[in-house]
This record gives sequence, C-alpha cells and structure tokens, in this order.
Amino acid sequence: MDNIAGTKSALSWVVNLSVIFLVVLWLIPTVGLLVSSFRDRDQISASGWWLSPFPVEQNFQAKAAADDATSQNGTNVIEGNLFSEGSGEVIRFGGSRNNPTANAAGETAELSKDRTLTVQQNGDFVYTSPAEIKRDPSIYYSTKTPPKFSMDNYRTIMSSSNMDLAFINTLTVTIPATIIPILIAAFAAYALAWMDFAGRGVLIAVVVGLLVVPLQLALVPLLQFHNKIGIGQSFLGIWMAHTGFGLPLAIYLLRNYMVGLPRDIIESAKVDGATDFQVFTRIVLPLSFPALASFAIFQFLWTWNDLLVAKVFLPSNSESWVMTVKIADDLLGSRGGDWGILAAAAFISIAVPLIVFFTMQRYLVRGLLAGSVK
Amino acid sequence: MSPLVQGIVTVILGVGGCVGYFFLSNLILDKVIFPASGPRPGRNINRANLVRPWLFLFPAMVALGLYLVYPVVGSFWRSLYNRSGDEFIGFGNYQTMFADDGFQTALFNNFLWVLVVPAAATFFGLLVAQLTDRLRWGNIAKSLIFMPMAISFVGASLIWKFVYANNADIGLINAIRDFFGADEPLDVLQLNFWNNFFLMFILVWIQTGFAMVILSAALRGIPEETIEAAIIDGANPFQIFFKIKVPQIMGTIVVVWTTITILVLKVFDIVYTMTGGNFGTEILPSYMMSYMFRDDGRATAVAFVIMIIVLPVMIWNIRQARAEMR
Repeated sequence: MDNIAGTKSALSWVVNLSVIFLVVLWLIPTVGLLVSSFRDRDQISASGWWLSPFPVEQNFQAKAAADDATSQNGTNVIEGNLFSEGSGEVIRFGGSRNNPTANAAGETAELSKDRTLTVQQNGDFVYTSPAEIKRDPSIYYSTKTPPKFSMDNYRTIMSSSNMDLAFINTLTVTIPATIIPILIAAFAAYALAWMDFAGRGVLIAVVVGLLVVPLQLALVPLLQFHNKIGIGQSFLGIWMAHTGFGLPLAIYLLRNYMVGLPRDIIESAKVDGATDFQVFTRIVLPLSFPALASFAIFQFLWTWNDLLVAKVFLPSNSESWVMTVKIADDLLGSRGGDWGILAAAAFISIAVPLIVFFTMQRYLVRGLLAGSVK
Repeated sequence: MSPLVQGIVTVILGVGGCVGYFFLSNLILDKVIFPASGPRPGRNINRANLVRPWLFLFPAMVALGLYLVYPVVGSFWRSLYNRSGDEFIGFGNYQTMFADDGFQTALFNNFLWVLVVPAAATFFGLLVAQLTDRLRWGNIAKSLIFMPMAISFVGASLIWKFVYANNADIGLINAIRDFFGADEPLDVLQLNFWNNFFLMFILVWIQTGFAMVILSAALRGIPEETIEAAIIDGANPFQIFFKIKVPQIMGTIVVVWTTITILVLKVFDIVYTMTGGNFGTEILPSYMMSYMFRDDGRATAVAFVIMIIVLPVMIWNIRQARAEMR
C-alpha cells in the first residue's frame, strides 16, 4: 500500500507530528509522577518535576550564634558563614520571617531597632545590633541546591507504612483469584463448545448476559451470604468472589476460542477411543493456551487493580489492606500532601501490572479482540 | 498462618480439587454408574454422554448462579426492605432515593459520564488507530497509548491528582496557567460542574487504549480493494477515512462504544479517590458505596438502578450472540 500514489502525501509529516503529540500527552502524567517519586521531598514542593534536572531555589533558615557576638565601637556584631558545612551560593536573604527574601546577596538589610544584616554570595554574614544580643537572631536565605534524586521515598514507604504488607496482600488475593477461575471455566467452555446437549444455546446466552451484570449488585447479598456461612470478610471470601465475577468472561473467551479449533482433530481422537475427559486434557487444553493466557492476564490485571471488591470482601483492618485500598483510604488521607511518598506508593502498586503488560501485550490484545469484536 | 501461605495452600487445594473433581466424577460416571461393559454397553455409553456435559458445567454453574444470578434477585429483594433489613417497605427506598438531591446529582453526572467518556475514548481511539495505521513506529506509539490500561483506577487517579494539584510548582495545569500569567492557582477539582469533566478525562485516558486496539484491528480488516478503488477514483485521505473506512467498521465502533458505556456505569474508584464524591462530582457507583455498610436497603436500591440502566445493553448483547450462533 505504501507505494500507491496518493498514500505518500504531504500529510505524512502532519501524521507523524500528531502521533508524537498524542503519545507525549498520554505519557506526561505518568512520567511526571515517576520522576517525582525519585525526587527529594522538599524539592518537589519547591519546583515542578519538569524542572527537576535543574538546580532548585529553596528557602532556608539559619541562626547566628549569640555567643559569638563581639563588641566593635559600641555595636554588637556577629560574623560567620551560613554554610558551616560545604559550600553554596546565597541568592537572596532577609532578616524577618515575614519577608525571608527581601534583599539580594551583597546588600545590607536594615532591620527594626537599627539592627543590620549583610549576607554575601558565599554565605559570609555580618549582623549588627546597637543593643546587646540575647537570643540567636534568625537569618532567612534562599539558595540554589543541585537536583537530588534518590530511592528515599521508596525506602520510607516500604519500611514505615506497611506498604510491603499491602504488596503481599495484593499478591495473596491475586494468585488464587487468577488460577482457579481458569480451570473451572475451561471445563465449562469445553462443554459449551464441543458437547451436544439440550439447553446449550440458552446457557451461552446466559453467560453473555452475565458479562455485563454490574458488580455493585453482588456486594450486599454476597457479603450477607459470606457472613451467614461463616466466611465473613476474609481472603477466602475475596477469592471466591473474584472467581465468580471472573467466570463469565473466562467462559466466553475460552468458548469462542475452543469453537474455532479444527473439528477433525477432536473427532479423530474420539474415533480412536478417547473419552471427552481425555480429549479435553490432552488436546483442547494445550491448544487453547493463547486464550488461557489472555484470560489469565485480564484476570490478573483486574484483581490486582481492583478496589471495590477488596473494600467490601476483605476485613477493614490495616493488616488486610491491599495496595489500592492502602493508597485510596490511608495514604491519600494521612500523606495527602507528601507527593514523593504518594508517587513511590503508586509506582510500587503499578510496577507489576506494567511488567506483565509489556511482556505479555500480545496475549492481552488477542484476548481483547476475541472478547469484543465477535 | 500468614495469608500468603494460606493463598498458596488455597491454590493447591483449589487446583487439586478442581482436577480431582473432574477426573473422579468422570471416572465414576464411566466405571460405576454407566460402565461401558456388562449387559448393555451401548446404552450406557449414550447415557454417560448425556450426563457428562453437566459434570463439566456443574462447578461453573454453581459459581455463576451464586455469585451473579442470585445477587440480581437478592439485591432487588433486599432493596425492598428498610435500613436494618427487618421491615418490608416496598418501594420506599426508591421513593426516598429519587427525592434525594444527592441521588439526582449522581444520576445527572452519570448521564454526563455516559455521554462524554465513551464518545471521547472512541474518538481518540479511532484517531490514534487511523494515524498509526501506516506508521513505521506505529506499534511503539500504540503500545505507549495502550499502557494506562494496565494501571489501576486508583493509580491513575493518583497520577492525575498530581497533574491537577492546586499548586503551580506541582500541578501541570496550574503551571501552564501560571506561565500564561494567572495570579492564583486554581483547584480544578473544586470547580463546580467542570470538575466532572476533569474526572472523566482520567477514564478517557485509560480507555482510549482499549478503543484503539480494537478499532486498529478493525481498520486492518477492511478489504484493501475498497480503499484502492477509492484512491483510483480520486478520493482524498479524509474522504477515504470518513466515507470508506468508518462505514465499514461501524459495527466495531458500536461494540467499543457500548463496552465503554458499561464500564462507565461500574467505575467508582476514580470519583472515590479524587474527590470522595464532594464538590458535586458524585456518580451512581460512588453514591452506592457511600451507603454501603450504612444503609444496605438504599445501597441495593442504587445498585438495582444501575442494573436497570445496563439492561438494554445486556439484552442487545444476548440477541447479537444468539444471531451469531445460528
């Protein structure tokens, strides 16, 4: 097609540019949060993440030691350097809390009660006061600090906030909830695809109908049911719930795939005396691997990312929180403004799905196509 | 026992149990109940084959019945009772609910969501699918736009909360406003009415990838002859797209549109995480969650309203599936 006259038009660079624009637009939010998760907490609030490769102007406060005061010609003077450790570059400074960056470096600030303060670029300061200096006077200054990147946010969130426990809980919910429905669905899908019996069409229609039943309906009656049979809010309960909720899609996807398998193979196996059980385990199941993989990825992403089912079917104590609940109910409240921590938590929770997504994208796409185009 | 160990044990028990059930039940059927030997092997084999489908279907049917069919009835039944569940009040819950301002706001907002999100996601998806169709690096571009599909709604909300942050040094929106000379940062999440659209965009951001993947495959499936014929007849690229391609993939567009519509009616995470339903952003699923654990009667009534809204799509899907099987 590329060689046909008219397709290689002047539009091609417009197309390239618009795709680049859309991709950037789609990526920017995620990149922003990823960059922020590595930044120093104070730097995040001092400058936007898009400026993170550049030095950040931050405000600091220092105390001049009143004990160092010397008397020169009747005025009391403190001299010193703001950067007692290391070096830096003062940009602006001030002597009062209300106006911490009133003066440029090198100027002399006139403070109340005839006191003065001079700060040089290299941090040398001179503080003078006609009266005796009793308390350590404060010096406010702003300086450029080089960009700081570290894993500190990740360390903090993993060690102090039980995020590691939430990660394990998510994993605990996800694994059984992904594996068990596949098995149950595979048998049912085989029956619906390759066995003849009365009512098959009705059952397929029921499965298609159940695909769109809103989960919200299931919450109250099932929680009551779980309480009644003694499971209550527990991991067992959420595994069962996820299994039930995942089944329609699993059966639908697998049946659609199995119906497409060549009839000859299955019939010749039956002629050779294989039972349905053998046909299923030896022939159909291995051949259906791509469909099984698609559904496994769906179910994995869905259970890993789920908030609703976890909120309802898991106990509400903090030991049972999965990561989504932890972020939505705990971190956003208690660490609301602490963007470094929030960003790190978000990336811990989306790292595994992203890895699965990028390594198994082929199967995911295939599953999506099988699930909706038909 | 730690939950993880419990989980592994459950996997083993679950998988072993399933395999064991299917194997043993088939074995018993073939060897004990209807053995293929003895006086009437032929009749027995036929009978076994009549029973076998139900053996294969049994676990799935129990799970589906219990976890999806029963709740539809159970929820409706529960919604006819009062808050504590001991007094039958007919449609009382529905009456108080429809009179409630919060519910009306939620219904109206949900209407907006259903109108905007599927349209926008399908539009962007179609746009990207078409633009990347013949692009050399199209697959990389598609993969990157598809990526938000893997991110949880909570994670996505956090990502966008950062973009919307009410601070020109943190939020991109306010930084851009600041760049163009706005004095005060603006909290877009508290902006009456418009905040809904900022929340909707998060879901559009997630679902565009889904629409793109499906529509891209549909575009690939268009017979090349139709396009070649149009080119020979002198159609320009826009005419080819709107008059040749779009009509041919209309069926797929409808499927994508309805799939996203159904999703919109279920997603509570975004509103819950971003605003908690405050500032006039409540939608039905989040409204329902605010009554969950407090007033089950009201919660189930809301859930049933969602079910009613979904019902036409469900019927349409079933009819499509039946038509296909014939």
